[in-house]
Amino acid sequence: MSEIFVANEKVYKAKKITFNVLTYLFLALVAIAILIPFYWMLLTSLKSQMLMERIPPLLFLKPSQWEISNYFKLFDVVASGPRKGEPLFPFFTYMRNTIVVSLATTAGTVITTVLSAFAFARLNFKGRDTLFAILIGTMMIPGEIFILTNFLTVNSLGWYDIYDQTFMDVLLAMTLPFMTSVFYIFYLRQTFKQIPNELYYAAKVDGTSDFQYLLKIMIPVAMPTIVTITILTSMGAWNAYIWPAIITTKDSFRLVSNGLRGAFTDTGTGRTDFGQQMASATLVTLPLLILFFTFRKQIMRGVSRSGIKG
Amino acid sequence: MLILMAVFTFYPLINAFMISFYKDYMPLIGTRAAGLTLHNYVVIFNNQLFWKSVLNTFVLAFVSVPVSIIISLFISVSLKAIPKLKGFFQTVFFLPYVTNAIAVGMTFAVLFNKDYGLINACLNLFGITSIDWIGGTASWWAQMGALLTFTIWSSLAFKILVFTSGLENIDKQYYDAARIDSASKWTIFKRITVPLLSPLILYISITSLIGALKAYNSVIGLFGERLGGQPYSMITIVAFVYKYRADFAFMGFYSYAAAASIILFIITLIFSVLQTVVSRKRVHY
Repeated sequence: MSEIFVANEKVYKAKKITFNVLTYLFLALVAIAILIPFYWMLLTSLKSQMLMERIPPLLFLKPSQWEISNYFKLFDVVASGPRKGEPLFPFFTYMRNTIVVSLATTAGTVITTVLSAFAFARLNFKGRDTLFAILIGTMMIPGEIFILTNFLTVNSLGWYDIYDQTFMDVLLAMTLPFMTSVFYIFYLRQTFKQIPNELYYAAKVDGTSDFQYLLKIMIPVAMPTIVTITILTSMGAWNAYIWPAIITTKDSFRLVSNGLRGAFTDTGTGRTDFGQQMASATLVTLPLLILFFTFRKQIMRGVSRSGIKG
Repeated sequence: MLILMAVFTFYPLINAFMISFYKDYMPLIGTRAAGLTLHNYVVIFNNQLFWKSVLNTFVLAFVSVPVSIIISLFISVSLKAIPKLKGFFQTVFFLPYVTNAIAVGMTFAVLFNKDYGLINACLNLFGITSIDWIGGTASWWAQMGALLTFTIWSSLAFKILVFTSGLENIDKQYYDAARIDSASKWTIFKRITVPLLSPLILYISITSLIGALKAYNSVIGLFGERLGGQPYSMITIVAFVYKYRADFAFMGFYSYAAAASIILFIITLIFSVLQTVVSRKRVHY
């Protein structure tokens, strides 16, 4: 009897080991598939045009073959054409714009989100629940609908001036429409609602005003959520493409995504310099990855929560 | 907050509706609408490019969403089964989420390049001749294949993360009971994991479907402003809206864009309503 058990145990163990090996193998294959584009981006950014055109493509490069000049060339001044006198890929200008826009949007979003989440979670006013339901309803509307009118609004506010657009105009136009997020309000309201009512009434008895209560109790308690919102909003500007492209009149006001596409195809020969193109892509990807690895836990927790509760 | 919402959310929604009915509308120049008309909708319904964009968008959404959900479910379940390296794999799988769609799209364009790309080099190893995926001679299927690959690659991250945390919330008791009954792994997956996760799967399906219907950045990333191997061959509904928006100097074009955006809105609305209806019924077990 016990031998059967031992035999079963062995079969079971063997099965388990095979299963584990297969699982690891499967996961490793997926991981490779995920990583290949990143590797290829870096690899191509280091290839000279000659190595780039090697068939079949080189899968590895020796350090001696690295063409670091692809990166330096991005900052070379364009000799002719419509963008004469500017760097080929004005990375630092785009970067500065992106960071400024990202900071302004984030600050605005956090302020409006905290205040309105507080109002919806704690204050009692007429029509509160109806208003909240309407706000939630707007989440289903595709943003593309807004863009059409927002462009006209921005124009009539004088921020889209073909001849004389200032950076301030662009900044206002790029940030104001995105300073509210119903989703984050909803998200933060859930957190606020978990704070017991008794705390609020106790504070009221002590003569604390609503605003003081918000500052001293609710914000500290909800800090993890607010941090998550901050990080996720600030990453948004990195991916913004169409809106900055629509409302800017000058290249130097645009954000990183806009600069990437099309800058590296020689209009004369129609040939694309893949090395330089990938060098710029690497430069744009890097800050995001650094941000990600710094705040890995907060970002992943925030994203997974937003998926489950939303 | 409410003022911002009013100016940039409520007003645009209503105004887009209005514009979509304006006749011969030309924004910026100051010409007011010359009356209301249904003509704009007639124009885009007779526009071949519009139907092409609808076809592309629907194929993209209805293929990429189910495929990525199935793949990410398997990955999440596998992640749960392994004792070690879980954190490492989770981090790797999440990387596509924190990248720039344009930058990665350009990288995929290099990977899919006909002469110098990695994909064709791999195919050549198996004796398959190089395929033009995204170039000027690429077939619709090849372009859609490349776009789907890129879309699925970038959408896995979010789903894996959400499903993994969803799995952690499933009560261990179910699995213990199944083990006592010596149920096979596949049975456990089919009978316990999927049913218990079904509300989450449904929710993620609908939201990603709505997201996929709005595809635009991925097309720009992969194909550039031409929106395809041949101009506009991979146009999506959103890209259609933007194309006509950009041509606002032509009489009435802005209204065509508005009309197309309203149609997109109605399509997504149908799915949102579908979600509420289905999730009210019992999808759980």
